[in-house]
Amino acid sequence: MPQPHLMIHIVPGKCDYCGCCVGVCPEDAIELMESKIAIIEERCTNCRKCVWACPWEVIEFHKEGVAGMPVHTPQILNEPVEFK
Amino acid sequence: MTVYDYDVIVVGAGPAGTTAARYAAAGGAKVLVLEKDRDVGYPVRCGEAVSHEGVSQFIAPDPKWIASTVTKFRLVAPNGSSVLPKLDGGGYVLERRIFDYELAKLAANAGAEVITKAYVYDLLREDGVVTGVRALIKDQKKDIRGRIIIAADGVESRVGKWAGMDTTCHIRDMESCAQMTLSGIEVEEDVLDFYFGDNVSPGGYLWVFPKGKDTANVGLGLSVDQAKKKPAIRFLHEFVERKFPKAAMLTHIAGGVPCAKTNPEIVKGNVILVGDAAHQVNPVSGGGIISGMIGGMIGGQVAAETVQSGDLRHLREYDKRWHKRLGWRHDIFYNIRNAIGGFDDRTYNNICDSALKLPEEKRTLGGIFRAALWNQPSMILDVAKVFVA
Repeated sequence: MPQPHLMIHIVPGKCDYCGCCVGVCPEDAIELMESKIAIIEERCTNCRKCVWACPWEVIEFHKEGVAGMPVHTPQILNEPVEFK
Repeated sequence: MTVYDYDVIVVGAGPAGTTAARYAAAGGAKVLVLEKDRDVGYPVRCGEAVSHEGVSQFIAPDPKWIASTVTKFRLVAPNGSSVLPKLDGGGYVLERRIFDYELAKLAANAGAEVITKAYVYDLLREDGVVTGVRALIKDQKKDIRGRIIIAADGVESRVGKWAGMDTTCHIRDMESCAQMTLSGIEVEEDVLDFYFGDNVSPGGYLWVFPKGKDTANVGLGLSVDQAKKKPAIRFLHEFVERKFPKAAMLTHIAGGVPCAKTNPEIVKGNVILVGDAAHQVNPVSGGGIISGMIGGMIGGQVAAETVQSGDLRHLREYDKRWHKRLGWRHDIFYNIRNAIGGFDDRTYNNICDSALKLPEEKRTLGGIFRAALWNQPSMILDVAKVFVA
């Protein structure tokens, strides 16, 4: 069962949108556009592969989650994510 | 009956995608290329080195996309000693943003349409069958029907997954990369530099690829197994501070390179994968431009043939032809990569020493690989297979 995904956090503004994290994500849980990126909450299992793969260390793992972290949740899977 | 807008829809306008589009269009198919970014060829996420032999199969070398012509490569061991063999046939460091444009023009001249800022967010399915793609084109949702979908959507490929192919790259096979284009430095214009060792890139390598006398792509890749201990960007910053402290930073990029065997499945129904999406990168060098273009060419040709014949089963031919042409070599390169990945600093120093003892004419890539893997008898046959013509 997927846990609440708030533990995986992509630091806004730091990402280079290179896609390395998407390539290792076994759950197809990362939406990447030209200069937008979001974790798909329903799919993320907090496996942390994206955290390790990120060349720029902009994906963080917070054991307790982070309050106030922006959450990007698509209404329907494989609908374009509403980026905030 | 479904009315199709296109015979072939290509997702991604990198070298593999536009080459697939070019050959599909040349084979008589009606082709559309969708690129998620605003520009074809930008941002550049690439060391930009190719061999003359490789690139010439597809396009005549042109000064407008050649930043440097290279004739030698230098392997630098952890202890600083180095060996400088000739590069058989020579090569180029590209200006990818121009090169990719030229490849897209070749596709366009063959009859393909190209749209940028067109993000494919899902496959279109009707009665359980893939009948096209769902795209956001300049922020407008649009469903486009196509008989065959060619996924050339790069390391971040998701199209294959939506079609039911598992394209996830294992973290030990993914190279996590960082690169800067540095200027105001001194480099040898005709030499590709490769640095090895735990200090620069454990299990991987760091490259300095010249773009003229005063500019170079300086980057490194390391397996995610290593990167999780210390990410690529930190190794890169440390190297640049040591080696080029006063350089101007013209670009600074991240990237991922899937250095695996070809994906177990690259054809499913009417969807095929080409380029990085198919893991068609040379697993030893991490080079994926030419091999991706070869994958794209074969994929485009087979797609056009399939449209002509009307028999979807013909698409399987792509997998066969790819493995016959290059896939078999990549399988062997993958074994070699795994052997090299375990080398420590002492091994690299020894390899460099033994290479320096070779007579100059034997200091070739194959000669050095043979020397490097001499202590691993299981590898000798693999090396012989790929380096002996």
